[in-house]
Amino acid sequence: MGLLAYGDTGWGDELFFATLMTIAVAAAAIFIGFFLAAIFASFKLSKSKTLNLIGSFYTTVFRGVPELLVIYLFFFGSSGAVMYVARIFGYDGYIEVNAFLTGALSIGIISGAYSTEVFRGAIQSINKGQFEASQVLGFKKKIYYYKIIIPQMLRLALPNISNVWQITLKDTSLISVTGLVEIMRMSYVAAGSTRDPLFFYSFAAVLYLFLTFLSLKLFNKLENHYSKGY
Amino acid sequence: MIESLPRLLNATKVTIELTLLSLLFGIFVGVFFALLRTSKNRVFYFISYYYSYIFRGTPLLVQIFIIYFGLGQVEWIRESFLWILLKEPYSCAILAFTLNTGAYSSEIFRSAFETINKGVLEAAKGLGFNKLHIFFKIKLPIAIRQSLPAYGNEMILMLKGTSLASTVTLLDLTGVAKHIISTTFRPVEVFIVAGSIYLIMTFIIHNFIKYLEKKYSYE
Repeated sequence: MGLLAYGDTGWGDELFFATLMTIAVAAAAIFIGFFLAAIFASFKLSKSKTLNLIGSFYTTVFRGVPELLVIYLFFFGSSGAVMYVARIFGYDGYIEVNAFLTGALSIGIISGAYSTEVFRGAIQSINKGQFEASQVLGFKKKIYYYKIIIPQMLRLALPNISNVWQITLKDTSLISVTGLVEIMRMSYVAAGSTRDPLFFYSFAAVLYLFLTFLSLKLFNKLENHYSKGY
Repeated sequence: MIESLPRLLNATKVTIELTLLSLLFGIFVGVFFALLRTSKNRVFYFISYYYSYIFRGTPLLVQIFIIYFGLGQVEWIRESFLWILLKEPYSCAILAFTLNTGAYSSEIFRSAFETINKGVLEAAKGLGFNKLHIFFKIKLPIAIRQSLPAYGNEMILMLKGTSLASTVTLLDLTGVAKHIISTTFRPVEVFIVAGSIYLIMTFIIHNFIKYLEKKYSYE
């Protein structure tokens, strides 16, 4: 257990902060995903054929291509893209994009593809009569969406959002290839310097299990809370 | 963009091989643990439950690292015959993928077994089928049909999962793509080519499952 001591002698504090980093990246990623999902779900549900196609293209590509490949695209591509834009504005130097940002963005885009399907399914399962009723009552379209559709949709989508969160949380382990110090990266460093990979990777597994267990409990609580009226 | 195609196609063979082998072994592991899960013995039930819980609750990357980097540390494994397999990244990757997909498939098969209509089984018993017959001729075919849609998703997840083989030095499609990207600095082009190859494979799996679903539907 000395290996996990807090402070300079062990890896306890390092792994603790790495765990916080994992949570932070996962949270950032899922919110980026929600944002994208709100846009692309509305594309998929719209009457325009072009928008439908864009929406399907997004979900097909990012659910069909390995996460690691997407991460490599962003990892190697992002600084190139930023430098390209900077050159237009007359800046010629080398710019490195923050690993947290590339990580959260690449996982967020993948997570968004899953969330899009979840949102779309939830919106479609809301009874059409609600729309008619709100029209009769004279609600504006904006209010109809914010006050009637979204609250109901969130309740229906919660179990699936929980799934997406679990996927996203586990996907963050892949960001370790870019050097961002989250659980996997920290374990890799610790395993290398102590020559005890079995212990550190097993401990990483325990940390992930703990996180997935905790989030499951939390989502169950939320689900209970939001289904009170039913 | 075109120059990279032959190398990527070559690497696709590795990806396909990894996917098919893991899925093949994974089916056996999955059915085995699904049966343990439905057994009345508490110990078997718990073993199966925690197996699937642990492998579904941790990232595949951790699993592959524990098997490839971690197990070599254990003295008795290094001295046993298992070491012939476990020192190779290829077999380590297959083992990790098999155990991972086995955990997910065991859940799929379990729910398929559980949804089999009780009446069908009673009818079989009434007709004097023995236990083996009931399992192979009635339970298994029904369960396979039931689990097809979910298992199709699992196949696609496994296909994507094999990309992690590149983290233990294997040169699969993602591994080669990364190598080409880091030497040519053409991330977008390589992503388009490698991504399209993956999408074609996903498309084939998707349609294959659809075909099977149609072929084996009751209606």
